[in-house]
Amino acid sequence: MRIALVVAAALAALPFAAQAQSSGRDLAASCAMCHGTDGRGAVGYEPLAGMPKQDLVRKLGEFRSGAKPATVMHQIAKGYSDAQIQLIADYFSAQKK
Amino acid sequence: MTRPWDRRDFLKLSGAAAALAAAGCATPMKTKARVVVVGGGFGGATAAKYIRLWDPAIEVVMVERANIFTSCPLSNLVLGGSKSMEDIRHSYDGLRQHGVQVVFDEATAIDAAKRVVKLERGGDLRYDRLIVAPGIDFLYGDIAGFEDAMKARRVTHAWKAGAQTIALRKQLEQMKDGGVFVLSVPLAPYRCPPGPYERASQVASYFKKAKPRSKVLILDANPDVTSKGPLFKKAWAELYPGMIEFRGNAKAVGVDAKSGTVKLEVEDVKGDVLNVVPPQRAGDIAVKAGLITANNRWCGVNWLTCESTAVQNVHVLGDATLSAPGMPKSGSMANQQAKLCASAVVAMINGQTPNPEPKIVNTCYSYVSDDEAVHVASVHTWNAEQKTLTTVPGSGGVSAARNALEGAYAWAWAVNIWQDTLS
Repeated sequence: MRIALVVAAALAALPFAAQAQSSGRDLAASCAMCHGTDGRGAVGYEPLAGMPKQDLVRKLGEFRSGAKPATVMHQIAKGYSDAQIQLIADYFSAQKK
Repeated sequence: MTRPWDRRDFLKLSGAAAALAAAGCATPMKTKARVVVVGGGFGGATAAKYIRLWDPAIEVVMVERANIFTSCPLSNLVLGGSKSMEDIRHSYDGLRQHGVQVVFDEATAIDAAKRVVKLERGGDLRYDRLIVAPGIDFLYGDIAGFEDAMKARRVTHAWKAGAQTIALRKQLEQMKDGGVFVLSVPLAPYRCPPGPYERASQVASYFKKAKPRSKVLILDANPDVTSKGPLFKKAWAELYPGMIEFRGNAKAVGVDAKSGTVKLEVEDVKGDVLNVVPPQRAGDIAVKAGLITANNRWCGVNWLTCESTAVQNVHVLGDATLSAPGMPKSGSMANQQAKLCASAVVAMINGQTPNPEPKIVNTCYSYVSDDEAVHVASVHTWNAEQKTLTTVPGSGGVSAARNALEGAYAWAWAVNIWQDTLS
């Protein structure tokens, strides 16, 4: 019984973990259109792969508040919550430059 | 799960088998499932690439009729003369680097019960999940005489980049100074909402340099410019004064090749170069496959997964879909929908729940001259109440003003989205 419960708990936890991982990945995939697949290799746009998490969180926050001037990023950043920005920054900070 | 390459497949395959063998992929391999993608535009190619990126154990076969990718975005610059066809064409080889099996053929039918795609040059492709990204085809019948006039080379649509882009550019080059270029725009929704107005700007830019007495006449079935209106109108007034005339509520109902006229409901309009963009619907294969659910034109999908609301195990994305509110039919949107779809397909094949809160972004640039551009951007997120994607309140918008900085971003946008889609 106890083993069954442990197994059930482990199984229940699995899709959740997979989900958290893929939601950061999926959010970041939107950025790739301009910033390159996984934030690498783009021309003319800031490379995002390997950017320290706090730097990307700060930049997106400044775009969202209007503190950092932009042509388009202020409009896009306003579409994301704090939690989503954290997930995106987590994902890119873990990518090789 | 399908056995990836069973004996029956091999016997049936001829064209496809030869192509796959040539790609070095004919050896049977262990895979979880096979996804077939029909269409190698911004949507189909991105989906094929990202499924392979996110789960290399899934076999992906992409079927595309053209052996080279020609980008609709930026194709108006070929008409304006600042870019060439070479600049907007790209190889599909990059997808092969990701293990996508690219088959150059025409998908002629889909048997959803047997999960088989039939190909023109022979061979059936079995699938576990199918992604249909066919783009648009035209409702030629809505404009009397269009097909005959097109065959007689008296009218173009040039709304799929390629041979017609080249033909239209040639007609513009051959037109006498003082001539009239007539551009007819269909009622929304159509592919690329700002496209017609970028085209008008590009043709005017060419006229200004090469044939300054010429005119651009926009006959728009819509009451007003449907995208970035104030930005386009300001650019037209300041960059091309007196050259571009815009007429709203001017729906084309016919074309007469002999007299060079576009017929409106109440009058006929003569022009020297006629560019009539007919109303559109999802590409032909979507019709044949029974994927059309709305107005005999568009394919309804569940926007959590892009799965068809009509046919199980079949996903549809890009211009062919019944757009969610505020969603344009654009290459950018197709690239983004493709990633939403790829994520869902990978999850479903692996027995996981698809991402319950997908979020995608649209960013479209339009060039109003050789070097200045304007953009429109929007963020689309899952709305649990409305069970569709809706725009995030307070997000998105258009350029503050046209400028060369946005022009530089526009070109980089194109280079980067081509790369994200194809290599």
